[in-house]
Amino acid sequence: MGLVLTDGAVVAVVVLGVVAVIAGIAVFVVDSMARATFALLASFLAVAGVFLVLDLTYLAVVTALMMTIEMAIMVVFMIMFMMNPAGLMPMTMVHNARGSAAVGAAVFAVITVAVWTVDWPPRAGTPPEDSTRQLGEAIMGSDMLVMIVIGVGLFATMVAGTVLATHRGRYDRFGADLDASRPDDPVRGGMPR
Amino acid sequence: MPELTSLADAWGLAPAVLAVVGFGVGLGTVFAAVDHVVVTGRPARGAVEPVRGALRWLVQQRRTTAAPDRLLWRIGVVAVPVLAVLSLAVVPIGGRTLLSTSADLVWFNAMETLLWAAVWLIGWGPNAVPALVGGYRFLAQGLAYELPLMLALITAGLAASSLRTTDILAAQADLWFVVTMPVAFAVFLVCATAFAFWGPFAAPAGADIAGGVLSELSGVHRLLVEAGRAVFLGATAAMAVTLFLGGEAGPWLPGPVWYLLKIAVVVVALVGVGRRVPVLRPDRFVEVAWMVLVPAMLVQALVVGLLVLAGAYR
Amino acid sequence: MTDTVVLQLLLTVAAALIGVGVFGALSQQSIVMVMMGIELIVNGVLVAAASAWFFLAPERPDGQVLVVVALVVMAVEMVMGFAATIAIYRARKVDMVDMATELRG
Repeated sequence: MGLVLTDGAVVAVVVLGVVAVIAGIAVFVVDSMARATFALLASFLAVAGVFLVLDLTYLAVVTALMMTIEMAIMVVFMIMFMMNPAGLMPMTMVHNARGSAAVGAAVFAVITVAVWTVDWPPRAGTPPEDSTRQLGEAIMGSDMLVMIVIGVGLFATMVAGTVLATHRGRYDRFGADLDASRPDDPVRGGMPR
Repeated sequence: MPELTSLADAWGLAPAVLAVVGFGVGLGTVFAAVDHVVVTGRPARGAVEPVRGALRWLVQQRRTTAAPDRLLWRIGVVAVPVLAVLSLAVVPIGGRTLLSTSADLVWFNAMETLLWAAVWLIGWGPNAVPALVGGYRFLAQGLAYELPLMLALITAGLAASSLRTTDILAAQADLWFVVTMPVAFAVFLVCATAFAFWGPFAAPAGADIAGGVLSELSGVHRLLVEAGRAVFLGATAAMAVTLFLGGEAGPWLPGPVWYLLKIAVVVVALVGVGRRVPVLRPDRFVEVAWMVLVPAMLVQALVVGLLVLAGAYR
Repeated sequence: MTDTVVLQLLLTVAAALIGVGVFGALSQQSIVMVMMGIELIVNGVLVAAASAWFFLAPERPDGQVLVVVALVVMAVEMVMGFAATIAIYRARKVDMVDMATELRG
């Protein structure tokens, strides 16, 4: 069985994979919450790099795009909720670190043993000329049900997330009888009302 | 569709990268010069002022703050110009792009979202209040402009049935996209000024917070960020010309001349309008973006979708 | 080195990401840090799905679709996690007596 990736590509994939893992470990090692969040972002960007090498251009850029926004929002929450956001006074906020490490190592060991003992089948077929088109035609054709479920799921998530997070309903905004002409919001917003 | 090779394939990687960087720096300089002329009204000095300013920052002594997060700060500062050049990698120069990926538009968008992280890091790094407030303002502004920008980009891709910028150029051979998608064109320019936090969207670097994210930058760092911002704005003008104004298409004159001419017109229009609008507060812009720009873009995308079905772009 | 070895290396990377994520999700006390652990687990799934697509069945789009689903799972996890965190925080802040007893101890 030959090699479908060039030597350079193999090296790139392995290096990026190692970077992803190191950045992932750094998330739980560094003291600063900002650094932890951006270490996680580095891990995602390394994975996006792996995707680029594997010719999954669209998924690579979409991963970079989504994860950057996600981490930019996440860092706000991290700093809002953590007592020591900048890590200037190091403290540990862990419970049962030893047991967790054992479980994590066990998971890694089990999967790795499986990966190296399973008799992997040979590659079936060749990559499409345009992987983006393949994905697009799949989610708008044969796999459209996946996209429909994703759409409904995301919409439900938005509604549920907003309901959980907000503490103000329409009675707070428009009064007990809902008869206020303009809502009583802490931030006025930009629309003329 | 004739197969166009990428710039890197045509010229070799290093010359192509140099060409793109040079193009970007040129665009950024032009933008800064036009900006200076519009602000001061003195054309003679405007042309040299960007160079003078750059040299001044280059020799300026750097100052720092107490207990900065140097690593993250530097990453943010370096990321801004790098991302600006990377976003240019999918903008056609002479009909070819540095990288020809099958998802050029998403690439451009991804480089711009990485700017969220970079600008926030510039705000976080110096361990100073005005800078951090600026960083948070940028995130709030990002939540406002991101969706309309994505919809504007995707509308152009929808009409061309491709995410590749060279395909989008080819699809405009008969009709510039600005004719059928004026809303998308306007929204793209508005959102682009917003992600470069310039002009009416300069609240993250506002005077009311002593310069915000830019307040603690000095010397080379300041130069890198300001240059990156200018290159981003120039790249935006080039992208707008590519997506909506037909790129190099035009009668009589050779293609590259038309391309540069159109970029110049977009830059002048952008600066001319942008410098005459007061700074918008991000909290107000969020509501306008979600209540006006997003619905407008959805209607625009619907219209373009119907036109595609009717075969208007074939 | 054959393709299978590269696939196995990539899957090992995925396993390592999942292992680190499991450690983080179990050991951290802050909800936000727990979420970062879960994100790392899904990150491992991304690597595994993409490499399975490339090395086993590139002709079918299923591997790519799985990556999309994993990305969406991550987004949903983020939204619900933060919403729940804010809800809990709000409830605790109102419940000042409870916090005071904890402080007295």
